[in-house]
Amino acid sequence: MSIIQINNLHKTYTDTKVPVKAVNGISLSIEEGEFTAIVGPSGSGKTTFLNLMGGLDTPTEGDILIGDKNIKDLNSRQLIDFRLHHIGFVFQSYNLIPVLTAIENVAFIMELQGIPKKERHQIAMELLKKTGLEGKENYRPGELSGGQQQRVSVARALASKPKFILADEPTANLDSASTEDLLNMMAELNKSENMTFIFSTHDKRVMDKARRIVTIDDGKVVSDV
Amino acid sequence: MIASIAWRNLWRNKLRSLIIIAAVVVGILGGVGSDGFMEGMVDQRVNTAIANELSNIQLHQPDFLLNNEINYTIPNPDQYIEVANQLPEVKGASKRLICGAMASTATAATSVLIFGIVPELEKKVTGIYQKVYSGNYLTDDQRIPVVVGKKLADKLDLKLNSKLIVTLADSSGTITYGAFIVVGMYQTSNNLYDEAHIFVRINDLGRLTGITGQVHEVAISLFDNEQTGQVFDKLSSSFKQHINNKLIDMRTWEQLEPLLKSMIEMTAFFSYLFLVIILIALAFAIINTMTMAILERKREIGMLMAIGMTRGKIFTMIMLETLFLAIVGGMVGLLMSYGLVEYYAHYGLDFGSMGSGMSYIGYDSIVYFKVTDGFYLTSFILVSITAVLSSISPSIKALKLNPVDAIRELN
Repeated sequence: MSIIQINNLHKTYTDTKVPVKAVNGISLSIEEGEFTAIVGPSGSGKTTFLNLMGGLDTPTEGDILIGDKNIKDLNSRQLIDFRLHHIGFVFQSYNLIPVLTAIENVAFIMELQGIPKKERHQIAMELLKKTGLEGKENYRPGELSGGQQQRVSVARALASKPKFILADEPTANLDSASTEDLLNMMAELNKSENMTFIFSTHDKRVMDKARRIVTIDDGKVVSDV
Repeated sequence: MIASIAWRNLWRNKLRSLIIIAAVVVGILGGVGSDGFMEGMVDQRVNTAIANELSNIQLHQPDFLLNNEINYTIPNPDQYIEVANQLPEVKGASKRLICGAMASTATAATSVLIFGIVPELEKKVTGIYQKVYSGNYLTDDQRIPVVVGKKLADKLDLKLNSKLIVTLADSSGTITYGAFIVVGMYQTSNNLYDEAHIFVRINDLGRLTGITGQVHEVAISLFDNEQTGQVFDKLSSSFKQHINNKLIDMRTWEQLEPLLKSMIEMTAFFSYLFLVIILIALAFAIINTMTMAILERKREIGMLMAIGMTRGKIFTMIMLETLFLAIVGGMVGLLMSYGLVEYYAHYGLDFGSMGSGMSYIGYDSIVYFKVTDGFYLTSFILVSITAVLSSISPSIKALKLNPVDAIRELN
């Protein structure tokens, strides 16, 4: 079943001297439970494409249908709400809230969703356990390794019960062992929870794990295997 | 959790937060301290004026205050004293003959105001008897006694038992002379008062002026100055007939000395003005600090927006951070300023050698601080309002952040 349907997507930046066509007519369909890598050289448009899919940026042209919603039609307030309830994000630099503990970081997104305290605490504990962080609940990000922080970041992304998780270069700041651990964990979650993961990456190890690789260059899909 | 994040964010850069807290503390300390000093100084001046010079309420013949004519007297003053003394708020009431005179010795002369008083009644109304530093206050067994101020004694070279000649116009307009013996010298904090006021027994002055059984002034003193208005109303009602018939005119100390009243109002105005100036400076410090904090956390705020935190919640978080700073600084500032005010309220701030200069304008050389509860509360509220208003601009800056730009910076 298709959870994301992208039709003739364009994004042109006009605030530069010369207009830049970062995304130039991409059409793509993502099915539920995919483990997909968006790859391409630097400046190919993969991050812009990911931002458009995540509702962080608005397309110049084309449609992004997530479920039955065309996110192009949502205003900024609706987009924030949509992101909160339907999309999980994993960032390259982890981007946890430094003053909150691991469990608080995971629970925070559920608080934004209005989930009661007891319930969100219970869910956060379960997610930290699933991501291999049992015993690290009360550590602040600064007290965790890069790999552990990224695991918290994945747990946070899962906490909102999203339709899919967008991970922009999630392994870029990790060493080989941490990368391997993280990818195994995400692959396991993909299998066990049927959670859809979409990565943008240069990392060969991510590509090796991905079941689908979409290659983008000059804002266009050049291969989809 | 937003409040918790805001609170914890404060301590990410401890030095910066502590600087702002210190600025709030110093601001409140400055505002409350200066108010304590000014209000204390004025309060002492007012209390001294009431205790030694004016009392709380005075009765005169209606024209007496316009023109201190010796024949503008109140007949049968004891009836008013009796009524006043029946009120529980009244500490005492006295009657006075007052006339302008020339006081002279063998070496010098100066104009004075002579107060003919009943010493035992006067003691319940004014505190001059407590200010006698040499000799005694007036008593019945002395021979034509006079109590003079230190400044006058210095000016006329008077000592105890010196003879003081007063020249005045009696009730028939005839210039008359009288000799008094200095039995005591007093000193208040008001040099000008000490130089111009002398006290004799009412009967002695009555004989000299030819006025008996009548007075120029009935002074009423209260236990609590706050009750002046209330007692004034009660007495106005009791003496309604006499006031309507223009036998007497009754006034409070505020009406007798409007300058004192306006001095109190001016002090309050300047205290708040000073506080507002401090708060404006504080506002700039908060704006600067919070803007820096926002710029440093640009990426983090962008990420919060990306994961679904609304702009309203981000705005609230930043507002709370500033408010917490103000509350912490405000509480510490209030506690410290309370300590400062209590210390100087107890021990006083001694102006030492500058004190003599202050007594020329009617102020004590030691100032005992005084701050009303209302001023503490207002200071705290104003600091909080300033903090909230100052955080609006940095908060708006944060709201203008685009999560895409923030994420682009992140990666």
